[in-house]
Order: sequence, then structure tokens, then C-alpha cells
Amino acid sequence: MERRVNKMTDKKKRGSKHYHLKLPIDTANLEIIREFIARIAQNMGFTGEEINRIELAVDEASTNVIKHAYKTEDKNSNFIDIEVKTFPDRLEIYVIDRGKGFDPAKIKTPEMDAYFKKMRRGGLGLYLIKTLMDKVDYSIKPGVRNKVKMVKYIS
Amino acid sequence: MDKFDVFRRDVEEISILNIQGFLDAHTAPDFESELQKLLKEKRFNIIVNLDGLQYISSAGLGVFMGVIEDIRTNDGDLKICCAAPKVFKVFDLLGFPSLYEFYKGEDQAIQKFKSNEKS
Repeated sequence: MERRVNKMTDKKKRGSKHYHLKLPIDTANLEIIREFIARIAQNMGFTGEEINRIELAVDEASTNVIKHAYKTEDKNSNFIDIEVKTFPDRLEIYVIDRGKGFDPAKIKTPEMDAYFKKMRRGGLGLYLIKTLMDKVDYSIKPGVRNKVKMVKYIS
Repeated sequence: MDKFDVFRRDVEEISILNIQGFLDAHTAPDFESELQKLLKEKRFNIIVNLDGLQYISSAGLGVFMGVIEDIRTNDGDLKICCAAPKVFKVFDLLGFPSLYEFYKGEDQAIQKFKSNEKS
């Protein structure tokens, strides 16, 4: 118990804040997600350009969840969670779902010519997330908890 | 104001789609259906004017990719103009400038179509 209290005090000292947004699976909610994350990033002192990047990365991760994580008939009863932790030096964003998941090993730099031929549109988002953020981690447990963690440091 | 709007103008053989607002996975189908209408009418000389576009995600870029092959195999082209720096940056990150012609102004894009017609 004592240990736990100390941990909390440490957290406070470091100035960490947590935010949580839970929304139904609907592309109409992308705008709310972008505004939510942009406002937090703005309050932390990120530049306009950095905020644009963060906003786009979170949109891309959320779009993947909304479009691909659940079957159409299951969309109404499911949610997307956006958890945000702020630290003095960085912003951590977690986009979480309980859907079917995907294989992060398959994320490659898109070959644009091949994309044109196949008219493939997926995958661009994952590539963008990697490019836009400082650190990206995936933890995939299909049907249980799929999590994309994105980190941006304050420069 | 609506979050996303598409306005169409025809200048002789060229169709100009002016897209405004936020182009994301929610609004991309509206843009796609306007482009599909043009293809159905066999209008393959298309300029997309991004003057009023404030935001684009990869769902929006996917719309451009989905139609270009059809347009080019019909001897047409889709040219893009008037992108704000913030919007152009997203196209640039995915290498679009080597695959699509980008112009600062709409007139330049129109001129390019017209000079191709003459030659």
C-alpha cells in the first residue's frame, strides 16, 4: 500500500495527466477525436505543425479501427477508446479496440506503383502513423484488446 | 457550414471539382461519388481544386488513387491545384507529387490541359 502511494506521488511530481475518450464506432466521430487530441497537444505547447502531425496520426489509427476492426453488424455495439497520457517531455496516445486485430509485421513502406496497380488503399494509414510520430508500438490480442501506442516528444 | 462540400464547374472539356472543408474517412465517399459521376459522363480531364480544403487523411488520398488508372487509360488526367501547405504536406509524405501533377493556381492546370490538346 505504501509503495502505491509513493508511486502516485511520483506521478504527480512528474506532472502526468490522463485523459480518456470512449466513442461509438462511427466515422462521424473522427472529427471529435481530432479536436480532442489537438486541444491536449496545444495545451502542452506543441507547435502548429506538430499538432497537425499528431492529429493526422490519431485520425489514421482511429480510422483503421472504425473501418476494419469490427464486422458491420457488430459496429453498433462496440467502442473505440482513445487514452492520452501527458508528461513534461512527451505525449502518449493509445488507440484501443476489442476487434479482430491485424498483423503489424505486414506494415511496409508502400510502393506507390504497386498501390496503383492493385488500387489498394489500406496500409497508407499505418505508414503515415510511423512517419508522423516519434515512436509507435502495437499490442495485438484479437477479440480481447488491440492497442496502438503512439509517442510524440516535445522538441 | 458543412464539414465537407464539393462544387463542380465545367470549362469546355475540363471539369473542375472544388473541394472544401475536411476530407477524412467520413467525407471521402462524397468526394468519390462526385468523381464517379464525372467518369460516368466520360469526362476524363479533371482538376481538383483544394483551395478550401483544410484537412486530408489517407482516406482522402485513397480516393485520388482509386480513380487515376481509369482516368489515364481513357487518355485523361487528374491534376491537383491550390493546396495549402498543410494539405500538400500529406500528399508529399506519400510520394504523390511524382505521380500527380500539382499546380499553384487553377489557371496553370487549365493551361496544361489546353496545351496538351493542341499538341
